[in-house]
Amino acid sequence: MPVRMLGLGVRLAILLTFAVFFVAPVIWLLLAPTKSDQELITSSPFSFGDFHHVALAWRHLDAFSDHVFRRWIGNTLYYALSATAITLAVSVPAGYGLAIGRFPGRKLILSLTLVVMIMPAAALVLPIFLELDAMHLIGRSLSVILPFAFFPFGVYLAYIYYLTALPPELLDAARVDGAGEWRIWWQILLPIVRPSLAAVAIFTFVTSWNDFLWPSLMLHTPDGLTLPVGLAALQGFFSSDFRAIAAGVTMTVVPILLFFIAAQRYFVRGLAGAVKG
Amino acid sequence: VSSSAAIPHHVEATRKRGLHVPRGLPFVLPYLPFLIVFGIAPTVYALDLAVTDVGGGWVGYDNFVRTFHDFRFGPAFKHVLLYTAVWLAALMLFVVVLALLLHGRASRASSTFRFLYYLPGALAGSAAVLVWLFMLDPTVSPGSFFLHHVLGANIFAQSIAPGNLPYIFAMIAFWTGAGGWIVVMYGALNTIPPDLEEAARIDGASPLQIAVRLKLPLIRKWIAYMLILSFATGTQLFVEPEIVQHASFGLVPDTWSANQLAYQLAFRYADFNAAAAIAVDLLAIGLIGALVIVTRTGLFRTDD
Repeated sequence: MPVRMLGLGVRLAILLTFAVFFVAPVIWLLLAPTKSDQELITSSPFSFGDFHHVALAWRHLDAFSDHVFRRWIGNTLYYALSATAITLAVSVPAGYGLAIGRFPGRKLILSLTLVVMIMPAAALVLPIFLELDAMHLIGRSLSVILPFAFFPFGVYLAYIYYLTALPPELLDAARVDGAGEWRIWWQILLPIVRPSLAAVAIFTFVTSWNDFLWPSLMLHTPDGLTLPVGLAALQGFFSSDFRAIAAGVTMTVVPILLFFIAAQRYFVRGLAGAVKG
Repeated sequence: VSSSAAIPHHVEATRKRGLHVPRGLPFVLPYLPFLIVFGIAPTVYALDLAVTDVGGGWVGYDNFVRTFHDFRFGPAFKHVLLYTAVWLAALMLFVVVLALLLHGRASRASSTFRFLYYLPGALAGSAAVLVWLFMLDPTVSPGSFFLHHVLGANIFAQSIAPGNLPYIFAMIAFWTGAGGWIVVMYGALNTIPPDLEEAARIDGASPLQIAVRLKLPLIRKWIAYMLILSFATGTQLFVEPEIVQHASFGLVPDTWSANQLAYQLAFRYADFNAAAAIAVDLLAIGLIGALVIVTRTGLFRTDD
């Protein structure tokens, strides 16, 4: 028994240590805007200041360039949600098709997907810029949404998910019963793999929300920027104001945190549960 | 292309009788335009740029030789490879260990831990770097004790000394990305039939033996996928050094990583051919890595 207890203790200690490492900076970030500059340096890092400072930091940030910060939030939300919707409609079925597929070119598509996934963005920037320019999209929201919506990572995620989570007997049984491929997909598979949809949705949304390179190249008016690009610009402007930056970072994080909490039932718990059931 | 021998006969028969369209293909079709426009075509164009000059004339591997002899080339690739090695080692070790530790815990505690680990994923990209700039600044950091005694840093500039950067970036990347992979691995572990684990336990296998001999081989595909992707994204490091460079008052060069060097060559010197050559170098490194991992783990096989 003592050996077992020891094992349990070590296990818990490791899990808790990592929990502190992952969570402490997030808590610090959420608390930072509540403090004055002085308190930020002198008081305990995990103490709570007061809401007055939050309001001040936010007003400082919000007043910048005629509420441009609010428009950045709206823009980022719009780009990320549109890209997520397109990715779900395109990538998840593609991953399924590649997992169950028996057609010539299947391995080629898989390989090419992998190749373009590891293709450095710096190399793709110019060609894609020229393509979008030829389509007269530069500066428009589609110039950001379309590259975001191409999400080979999601195709692979869905591919491996279907490959490992689907019992082949189930598909075979359905086929023997005469169900068409679309019906199998819609009535049998979609319910089973809903958690994988949640995973792809979260990854697309977060990647698009946080992306820096494309918006900074494609969008040229301050009004059209996204939060990460705007924030990086603010870092120079507010370099002496810790709290305004921390408040700005918090603003980019809070929507994602809310999204996580809303989706965690499907993702963190669901990805596990549904596979089992 | 695929091994039809492994398909049970009755399925084969059904397929031949009932279907005109190759199975699976219709699902893939909507994806193809995206793959071509945003993946294949730009890649081909970049490959073309790498072997031509400004006028479009063929120059062979001249661009590669030229960039290889650039004084920034060596350090940039060294930084990136060191960073990637540290990050991958951390990912492979800790993600697998933490997922295995979480698997088999009481489900509520386990789901809380997974959520906490995943939380920093909300801060990927520039937000994460900004947070860690605070964390590495001894004047405001909650870990100033650690910075002071382990890194010996009393001021911000010492924390982000060039020698520390590969490790710092590896830590930031681990901090933001590991939780997502832990969730994915945990999900993969749950696809293992409980009876299999039960049988091993009855045979007298210890939890450690079950983890190493039974669970680990079964999540091989996921580990492979994680490594391929992380290897590739690791060598493409861009945003983190870019932001640290802005914050470092010239201490960190704007060509610290290979991808930054390519970016600078393209957009400051308008030398797209040299930039493309470096991108192709990175692609080659990523491909070699991916090829080794794919062939060693059978990632593309559909029947196992």
